Amino acid sequence: MPAPPAKTDPRAIRREVDLWTAFWDQVNYIPDGHKLKGCIQCGTCTGSCPVSYAMDITPREVVALFRAGHLEEILNSRTIWLCASCYSCTVRCPSGIRVTDTLYALKRLAIEKNIYPKNFPVYALSKLFIENIYKYGRNFETGLGARYLLKTSPGGLFKSAGFGMKMFSKGRLPVKPERIKRIHEVRAIIDKAKQLGGA
Amino acid sequence: MEFAYYTGCSLDSTAKPYDQSCREVFKVLDIGLKDIDDWNCCGATMYMSVDNLVAYSVSARNLAIAKQSGCKEICAPCSSCYTILQKTNKYVEWDPYARSMINEALSAANLSYPETIKVRHPLDILVNDIGIEEIVRKSPYRLDGIKVAPYYGCQIVRPEPMFDDMDNPTTMDRLLTALGAEVVDYPAKVRCCGGMLMTTYTDVALNLNNDIISSAVEAGAEVIATLCPLCQMNVESYQSQINSKYGTNHNMPTAFFTQLVGLALGINPKLLGLDTMLIPVPSRRVKANGEGVTV
Repeated sequence: MPAPPAKTDPRAIRREVDLWTAFWDQVNYIPDGHKLKGCIQCGTCTGSCPVSYAMDITPREVVALFRAGHLEEILNSRTIWLCASCYSCTVRCPSGIRVTDTLYALKRLAIEKNIYPKNFPVYALSKLFIENIYKYGRNFETGLGARYLLKTSPGGLFKSAGFGMKMFSKGRLPVKPERIKRIHEVRAIIDKAKQLGGA
Repeated sequence: MEFAYYTGCSLDSTAKPYDQSCREVFKVLDIGLKDIDDWNCCGATMYMSVDNLVAYSVSARNLAIAKQSGCKEICAPCSSCYTILQKTNKYVEWDPYARSMINEALSAANLSYPETIKVRHPLDILVNDIGIEEIVRKSPYRLDGIKVAPYYGCQIVRPEPMFDDMDNPTTMDRLLTALGAEVVDYPAKVRCCGGMLMTTYTDVALNLNNDIISSAVEAGAEVIATLCPLCQMNVESYQSQINSKYGTNHNMPTAFFTQLVGLALGINPKLLGLDTMLIPVPSRRVKANGEGVTV
């Protein structure tokens, strides 16, 4: 017989602790990951970021929120999915924090825990991308873009049609995916790495 | 001199002209490129967002196969491939535990992590191995009077300074200047093009590219020279959308730097893929022997 539900729901608290542990597991994969603790909240990362103007939480605030124990709030924000990986913040951080890699760690945490911002399905692109690699061993750009838009905003697919036709007419848009010969090698490596624990 | 050539997914499709021009230029300069047999996608920024160990293992398969070909160095023209392959080497160097895990994953395909294989960008190879003087010596033409804005983007200069300055790189500037082009200085040369944001958050990416193009226009450039397939596509292909959104009037040709070098080297524009660019690239050149004949 299942245990009766607890009167006060402790899920919320457990979740934050759980996220905290999982986050540090991810950060420990980053060279100098521990330097995150040395953030001086100067805001150089936010100032250097070309897309911070469109973020709901700035990179500096990400670190502040994490310290205050609000990881879930970070994962619910658009910020980590807006990072285009330009590394401007990373090379300028006076405390030597690899901010871009930290945002990657947060992306992995979000995917692991299935926590995403509302109405902002950018993470779906990463998932489709890795499906492509497992299927073909390569990234089939045409199919990737089309599938992503079909899934997230079919209107966008219509808008991109002009671009697609232009590229196609110049022979720069393949219509068929190409599978590598030894795809079994790629799949074996992926399977094995996942089995080893991934992260 | 021979390099293991890592084409990468983009150069195999949307950036074909980059692949063509790179191969042609290397051929004329007598640098061997040996295709990495049956290479797979490097994983780009995407796999890194999903799983760290899998991402590095997938990328490491390419390093392992490249090493088997007998080459000591890889030539990777795409900025994203370049950074990811580079990062894989760094990661393994930094963390012995990661090395053993990656090796174990590779062993599932009877491969192992190669201890030393360097990852190089064609710009680095041309300027630092061949040398600007040598390239000028071998160039029957000069790009006199073409005003070029060299655009470096992100992942060639960051996160590690591999062969140039992170804030003000000049390798491409020096090369193109020596070939006769008039290189303009503009503040957006290392600004981000948005990468995949063009698909996922178009508004932001259009804004970024408008900044880059406007800045080049203001500096008087008539062509932007790129060294990354994604930068090239973002800067070149969305100008009509930028124009209707911002009321601008951009029609800025966007070439791969290898196409411009190829022109000076006297290579047929068609072989450089110049006929497949969406906005025609200025390809006038002058004979270097002083006869001043424009071709």
